[in-house]
Amino acid sequence: MNFDLTDDQLALRDGIRALVEGRFPMDRVRDGFDRSVHAELADAGVFSLRADGFSWADAAVVFEELGRGLVPGPLVWCFGRDRITSGYDASLAGSDLVEFLGLVDDVVVIDPRRALALVHPADVVAAGEPEGWPLDPLTPVWRTEKQVIAGEPLDLPFADVWDQGALLTAAYCVGMADRLTEMAVAYAQERQQFDRPIGSFQAVKHICADMAVRAELARVATHAAACVLDDPATGSRARALAGAKVLAGEAAILNGRSATQVYGGMGFTWEVDVHLFLKRAWVLETQFGGSDHHADALASTMPGSHA
Amino acid sequence: MDLRFSDDDEAFRADLRAWLKTALADLAPQPPRDDWDARRVWDTDWQRRLFDAGYAGLNWPKEYGGQAAPPSQQLVFLEETTRARAPYVGVNFVGLLHAGPTIVAEGTPEQKAAHLPKILRGEEVWCQGFSEPGSGSDLASLRTRAVRDGDHYVVTGQKIWCSYGQIGDFGELLVRTDPEAPKHKGITWLMLPMDLPGIEVRPLKTVLGSSEFAELFLDEVRVPVECRVGEENDGWRVTNVTLSFERGTAFVSDLVDATRLVEDLAPYVTDPAHRRELSHIVAELDAVWALTKRNVTQSARGVAGRGPYMIKLAYSEVCQKMGELALRVLERDILTVDGEGPFVEERLRSLAFTIAAGTSQIQRNILGERVLGLPREPR
Repeated sequence: MNFDLTDDQLALRDGIRALVEGRFPMDRVRDGFDRSVHAELADAGVFSLRADGFSWADAAVVFEELGRGLVPGPLVWCFGRDRITSGYDASLAGSDLVEFLGLVDDVVVIDPRRALALVHPADVVAAGEPEGWPLDPLTPVWRTEKQVIAGEPLDLPFADVWDQGALLTAAYCVGMADRLTEMAVAYAQERQQFDRPIGSFQAVKHICADMAVRAELARVATHAAACVLDDPATGSRARALAGAKVLAGEAAILNGRSATQVYGGMGFTWEVDVHLFLKRAWVLETQFGGSDHHADALASTMPGSHA
Repeated sequence: MDLRFSDDDEAFRADLRAWLKTALADLAPQPPRDDWDARRVWDTDWQRRLFDAGYAGLNWPKEYGGQAAPPSQQLVFLEETTRARAPYVGVNFVGLLHAGPTIVAEGTPEQKAAHLPKILRGEEVWCQGFSEPGSGSDLASLRTRAVRDGDHYVVTGQKIWCSYGQIGDFGELLVRTDPEAPKHKGITWLMLPMDLPGIEVRPLKTVLGSSEFAELFLDEVRVPVECRVGEENDGWRVTNVTLSFERGTAFVSDLVDATRLVEDLAPYVTDPAHRRELSHIVAELDAVWALTKRNVTQSARGVAGRGPYMIKLAYSEVCQKMGELALRVLERDILTVDGEGPFVEERLRSLAFTIAAGTSQIQRNILGERVLGLPREPR
């Protein structure tokens, strides 16, 4: 058992981090997702990791780095696919709003019977502008005009798509939670009030400490879930994935809130990046099952379940 | 990165599982918690059986009775003893997880030979003598004096929160040997033979209604100089070695307990909202287990990770959340402590988790300053 990043994974992490920092600085991230973002990530092999022989643990390491950089786009849906793809579960409340719909080549639709179909975006939404004011300015949403569209059936098991999506989303959230911790710590070291850095005060220091713990617990939970996907004999897939998505989603949201608090008034400005992280965290909470969905899933693995 | 144990580890698991099945079949019932003499017998008997079967001191050196087993087998041991609901360290806590590892790391060959095998065989029980009435979070301000007199230190002072003080054969004792030096520079770590004249032990009744701790009164106790671990006035460094074990793996025992408790609690939790809360608790406990696995992996590879600074903070708070959930779920059944399951008693016990061994506030300071690099608070 080696429950830590291997040397290869460290190299993978450092490589993707360098790519993200070099190609996707925050001023570009703020321009949002477009074909060039997808092309550069695809060239780097981000979406073809599994086909290229990498493990789910490797993929989690990579998506964590994408989350650290807040790289925009329907990246989880694009994973494992050649074309730019978004997707949604047509049975969920609010499923008439779909992210990035006008910017993609394909849409994966999960119908209420949990069958998957591949749909052309023009069949879901008439060409047009996204809804005016998305919560996350880097995640534009389109309103679909028809609930369920007949498309080309996709021969993929729902459970795999759902679980793998939950894993990569969790990994992305871990990266955000970690980056938010670093941002808050850096600001607390630099910002002076009462003639000293605010990070010297326990009231602020303890917020930062809690952020670090949240991010780390979410990280090991996500890594454990990835290991179970790679090697099913090492744990319960349902329990590991649900735990990872719950903890990672919470860590991203709570660390977003905490970073806003540490930044004080600046945290409430458009200029400081914290709100972009927090808004993305709220968006990702709705994807591949929110915390309540996964809490219910986890509860059903515990004694006393009537599920 | 993987969670798969090696074939050797799985063979170790199979043997251990078989052994536990036999050993637990004729285990006597656990004695009441305030019957310290019976608790000592029960816990040390189990320790002796572990020793005889080759399961004591898994990570201790072979020459002192340990197994020098790989850290992964330590994890297998914890998983299997949890699963089988075997006794855990009990009164051997300080010896096995606190003082013992300190002696392994810092003791002389004579000290190791004198104490380590006896601890592993369950023949020697240790207690703790760190905190004082005036020195809690600010442990380094401790005032128990030790004055050198030839081959002895003459020790006078008072200790509190002495775990297993009622039955300890030896105590791990922090004393001030240089009152003139800065507070961190004048401390010495001593092994205190508890049968020396001048020691008075008074049980300390806790919120549980039983005496989980003792107070220690020391009146000119003559402690031989050879009981010193590390150099004179270097005790703060040695203490940090002790506390690094505490941060590392000592609290895995509580995690073992919590994992069992949440399984026991689950059938009582029927309301869907409560079951969601239960899920959050389980997710956090599983994550603390995963963090423990990461710590073990990293320490085996010589990597200094941040996990050890987080385990205690995380598990103590999740245990309290679990306790709160238990009390809400049980409703009026909580009106008697010994009523439905151990939940009320465990809720009371968990009140101490965020206080003992460095309060959660002190843990956050350490994490913020040593790991995150935030500036120290002016003090």
